[in-house]
Amino acid sequence: MTAAPAPRATPAAPPGQPYVRIEGLTKRFGDFVAVRQVSLEIARGEIFCLLGGSGCGKTTLLRMLAGFEAPTGGAVFIDGVDVTAVPPYERPVNMMFQAYALFPHMTVEQNVAFGLRQDGTARAEIATRVHEMLALVQLEGYDKRKPHQLSGGQRQRVALARALVKRPKLLLLDEPLGALDKKLRERTQFELVNLQDRLGVTFIIVTHDQEEAMTLATRIGVMRAGEILQVGTPTDIYEFPNSRFVADFIGSVNLTDGKLVEDEPDHVRIDCPQLGTTVFVDHGVSAPPDAQVSVAVRPEKIQLTRERPPQVDNVLSGTVTGIAYLGDVTRYLVRLPTGFELRITAPNVFRREERPAHDEAVWLHWHPSATVVVTR
Amino acid sequence: MNAAGALAARLQRRAVAARPALGRRLVIALPYLWLAVFFLAPFLIVLKIAFSNVQLSMPPVEPVFSWAADQVVQIRLHLSNFSFVFGDQLYVAAFLNSLQVAGVSTLLALLIGYPMAYGIARAPGTWRNILFLLVVLPFFTSFLLRVYAWMGLLGRSGLVNGLLLKLGLVHEPLQLLQTDFAVYLGMVYSYLPFMVLPLYSAIEKLDLTLLEAAADLGCRPTKAFFTITLPLTREGIFAGCLLVFIPAVGEYVIPALLGGPDTLMIGRVVWDEFFANRDWPVASALAIVLLAVLSGFVLLLQRVQAQEREA
Repeated sequence: MTAAPAPRATPAAPPGQPYVRIEGLTKRFGDFVAVRQVSLEIARGEIFCLLGGSGCGKTTLLRMLAGFEAPTGGAVFIDGVDVTAVPPYERPVNMMFQAYALFPHMTVEQNVAFGLRQDGTARAEIATRVHEMLALVQLEGYDKRKPHQLSGGQRQRVALARALVKRPKLLLLDEPLGALDKKLRERTQFELVNLQDRLGVTFIIVTHDQEEAMTLATRIGVMRAGEILQVGTPTDIYEFPNSRFVADFIGSVNLTDGKLVEDEPDHVRIDCPQLGTTVFVDHGVSAPPDAQVSVAVRPEKIQLTRERPPQVDNVLSGTVTGIAYLGDVTRYLVRLPTGFELRITAPNVFRREERPAHDEAVWLHWHPSATVVVTR
Repeated sequence: MNAAGALAARLQRRAVAARPALGRRLVIALPYLWLAVFFLAPFLIVLKIAFSNVQLSMPPVEPVFSWAADQVVQIRLHLSNFSFVFGDQLYVAAFLNSLQVAGVSTLLALLIGYPMAYGIARAPGTWRNILFLLVVLPFFTSFLLRVYAWMGLLGRSGLVNGLLLKLGLVHEPLQLLQTDFAVYLGMVYSYLPFMVLPLYSAIEKLDLTLLEAAADLGCRPTKAFFTITLPLTREGIFAGCLLVFIPAVGEYVIPALLGGPDTLMIGRVVWDEFFANRDWPVASALAIVLLAVLSGFVLLLQRVQAQEREA
């Protein structure tokens, strides 16, 4: 992809074999189960995001991969080698810490060189590699500064350089962009992906920020209460959530309960009392008849019009109760006759546009394929 | 009208703001006043005596300031005390010996205190408080009493000798008291808390993720201690060493009670000059020189620390 020869972390893993394999990993702190029976396979060169709220066990899982926490059960294989009992200082893994954990008494250069010095790398080689790394993260000329003389973004890049300089097989990143402000975070996200692409290192990122996960990840694992609920590409997770929790956690969603009333292989109908209608879904659902299900519709998939749309199914009427103009999109809150409120996001395509106003009666419609049905 | 009202309001605000400022100044002034009355003034008196001469009177020194004829104030400063102090082998030896005893005691206290402080700082919550209390506990009894207790322990028929005899390790009581060993023991024992407390606060402040980061980068725990923990707790080490070394140099009670007749320390020499010899000027000169030497140490250390902070 890039012209520069990318330094490869390791000889290529056997094709088809997962690079990182986590088997039934469990961590208990007393009675509390922080991570419960997690199994995962991560391919070489992937950017895998562990996404979840605070206390979901994502950081504990990452710390077990780094070797800071001994698992209560299960095993971790990296490149086919069982590293479960290997102490952190002998693992072919490096970590970028949440608050960076830069050594305050060392200069940028000494910080980045620290890992290489532990391996007894030759002085000249350390110097070359450190400067290569600093060039890569665009910190040339900062080598004699101490961490407290750097800005937040610069510190983040030093931490990244320090973690990458040893060419680890696996780089673990704990909330890598959490301490940066919004603008810087957006820019750094793309830098991070670029860098990963050039170096070919496998990344495992822990984050609570779904936007960060969506931007960075090739695959996302959504965690809750120590378990991984769903693993998939950002599109999978967003468009095909497998549970109420995942649908609700990623992005904004209209969630309502319903009951299967018509169950055919190519379509189903779900009675949703809160919507005051039955919802038509143009694909089959694997659930027993009369099963209680949840129906999820993303706000941007609902069309909001003044006139009644020509379609027959999935058409509702209501009144606008809330409007938030955000520039690129406008968010509406529409109350149905049942009292249930739906969120709708409409793109602002035209600069001058007669948009529905407060208390206006409007029509809603969504395509049958936009409905997501989850059974748990 | 409106402008005038605003001005009045502003003036009133300023008056309100000025009142706590006065209170604040008073709060700061109090300790300074205390130091001026109970430290600076006595120091100046000692300084005056150091430049005086012995005389059979009460107090046993010649006055430095005196009224001469024609309403002239006569100031007579004798530098002989200082030249005497520096010229006499005994005093120089006492100084050097004090510095050595204090230095070795400080080093021993550091070697014992660091693991203690480390253990306390890393102990689980409830234990930490208990261990911390145990370090401070000796202060609940008088310092003098504790040194006397060591006399009882180390004496020929003391607890230590009794135990050694009973165990058959020795056949006759060892001479423990009135030795350099007893002095070092007393010093380290008495000043250990002063070493442990600043070390504890420095180690406790240390961010543990730094050690994880070191391990993550391939650094073994022992090496991480020397490359991360030790340099980052240096301030605590400096503070602890200073708090032990400075009082140890001028220590009188411990060498007097636990040391032998040949334990030559400057604190004892000053005592002897004052009370046995009744040579106040020489004693004062010794005290002044001691103060100068110790101030030199403090300044040197401060400069090193300031340089480090800048770098």
